[in-house]
Amino acid sequence: MMNMPVSERSLGPAAGQGTGQPMVRNDNAQHELSVRVRDLNLWYGETQALKNIDIDVYQHNITALIGPSGCGKSTFLRCLNRMNDLIPGVSLQGLVEMDGRDVNEARMDEVALRRRVGMVFQKPNPFPKSIYDNIAYAPRMHDLVSRKVDVDELVERALRDAGLWEEVKDKLQEPGTSLSGGQQQRLCIARAIAVRPEVILMDEPSSALDPISTATIEDLMDKLKRQYTIITVTHNMQQAARVADYTAFFHLGELVEYNDTQTMFSNPATKKAEDYITGRYG
Amino acid sequence: MSQSFDEISAQLRRRHRKTTRLKWMSMGALGLAALFLVVFFGDMLAKGLPAFQQAQIQVQVDYNERAAELPLAAVQEDVRPLVSRGYLRLIPGRMEDNPELLGTTRKEWVLADSAVDQYLKGHHTGLRDGQAAVVERLQADGRAELRFNSGFFTRGDSKMAELAGIASAAMGTLMTLLVTLAVAFPIGVMTAVYLEEFAPDNRLTQLIEININNLAAIPSILFGLLGLAIFINVFGVPRSSPLVGGLTLALMTLPVIIIATRTALRSVPDSIRHAAFGVGCSRWQVVRDHVLPLALPGIMTGSIIGLAQAMGETAPLIIVGMVAFIPDVAASFSEAATVLPAQIFTWAGEPERAFVEKTSGGILVLLAVLISLNATAVVLRKTFERRW
Amino acid sequence: MPTNQLFALFCGTLLVLGLIAYLAGRYKAVRVRASGTAMHAQPDQYAWFSVLSTAGPAIAVGALGGIAMLLLGAEIPTPYLLAASLGVGGVGLFAGLRRVRPDFHARKALESVVHGCLAGAALISIFTTFGILISIVGEAIRFFQMQSFWDFITGTTWNPGASFLEAAGRAEEGASAAQFGSIPLFAGTFMITAIAMLVAIPVGLLAAIYMAEFAPARVRTLAKPVLEVLAGIPTVVYGFFAAISVAPILVDVAGLFGLDASFNNALAPGLVMGIMIIPFISSLSDDVINAVPDSMRQGSLALGLTRGETIRDVVLPAALPGIISAALLAMSRAMGETMIVVMAAGMRPNLTANPLEDMTTVTVRIVASLTGDQEFASAETLSAFALGLVLFVVTLSLNLVSVIMIRRFREKYRINNL
Repeated sequence: MMNMPVSERSLGPAAGQGTGQPMVRNDNAQHELSVRVRDLNLWYGETQALKNIDIDVYQHNITALIGPSGCGKSTFLRCLNRMNDLIPGVSLQGLVEMDGRDVNEARMDEVALRRRVGMVFQKPNPFPKSIYDNIAYAPRMHDLVSRKVDVDELVERALRDAGLWEEVKDKLQEPGTSLSGGQQQRLCIARAIAVRPEVILMDEPSSALDPISTATIEDLMDKLKRQYTIITVTHNMQQAARVADYTAFFHLGELVEYNDTQTMFSNPATKKAEDYITGRYG
Repeated sequence: MSQSFDEISAQLRRRHRKTTRLKWMSMGALGLAALFLVVFFGDMLAKGLPAFQQAQIQVQVDYNERAAELPLAAVQEDVRPLVSRGYLRLIPGRMEDNPELLGTTRKEWVLADSAVDQYLKGHHTGLRDGQAAVVERLQADGRAELRFNSGFFTRGDSKMAELAGIASAAMGTLMTLLVTLAVAFPIGVMTAVYLEEFAPDNRLTQLIEININNLAAIPSILFGLLGLAIFINVFGVPRSSPLVGGLTLALMTLPVIIIATRTALRSVPDSIRHAAFGVGCSRWQVVRDHVLPLALPGIMTGSIIGLAQAMGETAPLIIVGMVAFIPDVAASFSEAATVLPAQIFTWAGEPERAFVEKTSGGILVLLAVLISLNATAVVLRKTFERRW
Repeated sequence: MPTNQLFALFCGTLLVLGLIAYLAGRYKAVRVRASGTAMHAQPDQYAWFSVLSTAGPAIAVGALGGIAMLLLGAEIPTPYLLAASLGVGGVGLFAGLRRVRPDFHARKALESVVHGCLAGAALISIFTTFGILISIVGEAIRFFQMQSFWDFITGTTWNPGASFLEAAGRAEEGASAAQFGSIPLFAGTFMITAIAMLVAIPVGLLAAIYMAEFAPARVRTLAKPVLEVLAGIPTVVYGFFAAISVAPILVDVAGLFGLDASFNNALAPGLVMGIMIIPFISSLSDDVINAVPDSMRQGSLALGLTRGETIRDVVLPAALPGIISAALLAMSRAMGETMIVVMAAGMRPNLTANPLEDMTTVTVRIVASLTGDQEFASAETLSAFALGLVLFVVTLSLNLVSVIMIRRFREKYRINNL
């Protein structure tokens, strides 16, 4: 199954289930392909956690992954930058394609992949370094910048893009852990965008934060999508409805419905999605 | 604008090499430690295994009146320097005990001098040329050979290498450890029970806790100074005795037992305590009947490990005088005694080559006992380990 | 009668008294209960209470008398003491039996005694520390009354040779006055400790990194006990190995380079001591590295940093307080280590920076000055306690700093099992 050329597979009707394309098009969204996933299956040991996932993710969009806990949405997210490699006992089949390459192929360097697919975690995890070094560290290692002025400029831009500059510009040398939770999370976003990835994965980025910080992060995501492709897992349906262009609903390891966000929340195509959205379970 | 995967991979090649280097270096460090162990045990085995064999030679012993006066006369002149003087010294006594020996001549296998022993083991230095020739002849006749050295385990210390054994030291170790166990185990367990189950969280308790952790890290030689100044000089406990050694080691072992017992007590889940309280047990009854039995394997494991540590300890015992020449097994806890590590230390100071072998042999015995103690502890833990 | 027999008599009588107390207490309690009165405790508890009220005072009196004789030099004839303590025991027996009444909380009384015993046991560890402190400080003060403190900490010559003459009141006859300048000893200790740390820190830390970050689970479960074996080998064995096997090799190797090495060079004990303390560093560092939250590693890897960079720049800095703590603990262990240096290092106080020369250490001098035939009150013997005091202060400070560092690490990541 693995690496089967996409063209050989029956893609079915032009749009809808099983093709990986959203059921209803969002005309405000862009539709250049960023990540293409076909027939993705994943096991933790004997337990299958993802079943036959097909999805196309488009550039400069926010794609939200929703579903009850344990439905596989975070697992799926971590397939996109191969963070699942770190978990022993995970086996995987299927295609995750980016820039014309299967990210799971043998000669793909997962470190290179993660350069292009950044990630923000549920709990803010700043490094035990100063605010400045939290951001400057990775670009320096990647040789994106070397001169002091360039580094300064890069740090400032990342912090500005993350909406944190005004709050921290006078205390750049303080440890990153001295910030509040919401600020720490924006620091982590700044850290992620400082290496200029193309895709940013966000794993429930605001679930550990207060409502005001959450609102700030949502505004930030909206701004960031002009430059980056954002895929976010959220347990909060209102958040998905507010920020996402497309929404994918996962249930028991399957992708049940992938749809334009507005349609998903007003007129879902599947019964399961409707039950979940209206609060019958979850 | 952005780089392709291949471009990034090319940049990463150097950085990946650094990871690989770190991996190999760290593996090498572990390998180095393992290599040391192999070299160390190999060296000790090579040096120490010959100690378990001892040369004996077959000579003609004349039990005559002259021999009763002058034991040397009992054997012929050519083999005289080859026979252990320790053996010859016993001849008059044997003749007294068995009068019928008088006037007989017997062929006997007797203990050889340590120089002969070393010669047969391939170290051709201790014997003069003439003597070496005699040994060669005896060996060719089958009258000189290496046999299992049972004396190593049954005799005490001696200035003559062929007679030196570990019996007195082993007995001393046993007695010392008995004292240590008798003192450290009850006090250690009681302290741990108090701290874990009874103590209020106040300044005093915190002081005790910090203090125990510090005791565990105080150099062992300072415990020796304590033993000397308090036990010997103030309380008048006899110097060099298993009693003072055991008491000194007990204070050292105490923190080990306390810390292990606390860990064991802490691993008993609170639900057990709550259940017992729920049926009307008092705090002490809960501890005695429910918590302690469950924690017992952990306590035993910790105590065995603590005892093994105490068993290998030498420095504080030197200070309290337990490094001494002890040819006989101590008869009571207040008599002078020595312990295995101290015996090793004493032998290590002897210049003769035969004693290097004895020292290594003693080390092998000590290591064997320590390893079996620790293995017992591991097995105990594995057998009774419970996950709550 | 000799003390031993008196002691046996004491124990025997006490045992009998205890048995009487147990049976009588129990009998009385059972009778009361049988008469239909509700009691606060079980008959057994009353019985044990009676035993305690008999044996407790008797033992207390006996112990007090013993201590008075030993410590204060009081002259109490042993038979009198025996009679007194047993008499008190008898009184206790009757007092105990009288309290076997329905309204008496025997269980509570018993438990408060148990509680007291446990607390008393816990205090013994405090007494031990104070015992060490008092014994060392007391003798050290006596030493400093004989010798100048200033000379002790600044002097560069350690030559106690003539001190026994001074102790005998014949100082003038000594060829030269005894000198107790401890700097050469501390230089030796420092040199050997430094060599040991140079071996142990890199090897121990790298081994910890391998076990925590690279090793497959099987290698890890095997490697940990193997390293622990290093810590379990008695130091006297290491000392023998350093002196007999390592030192001659080092002399040969130094000879190849045209260097002249002493058979008691500082390098051999330093190297072997370094190997001995590897597990102290690797074990604690391994725990600390494992305790660094995984989210930290993931955050770094998700930025496209390699495994090695993540370890070097994220994991190790996060674990640094714990690693420093481990190193300090190992250092204090190395400074106080005795047998390896006694057997493999020199006896000659020697102020040098050349590790191939023989040097002596603080612990070697402590042993040397306490194993000779000196009179206890001589300055040389007492100097052992002065050296011990310095060793105590230094290792205690290292341990305290180490505890503070590990506590800081624990609070930072809210880890409770370190």
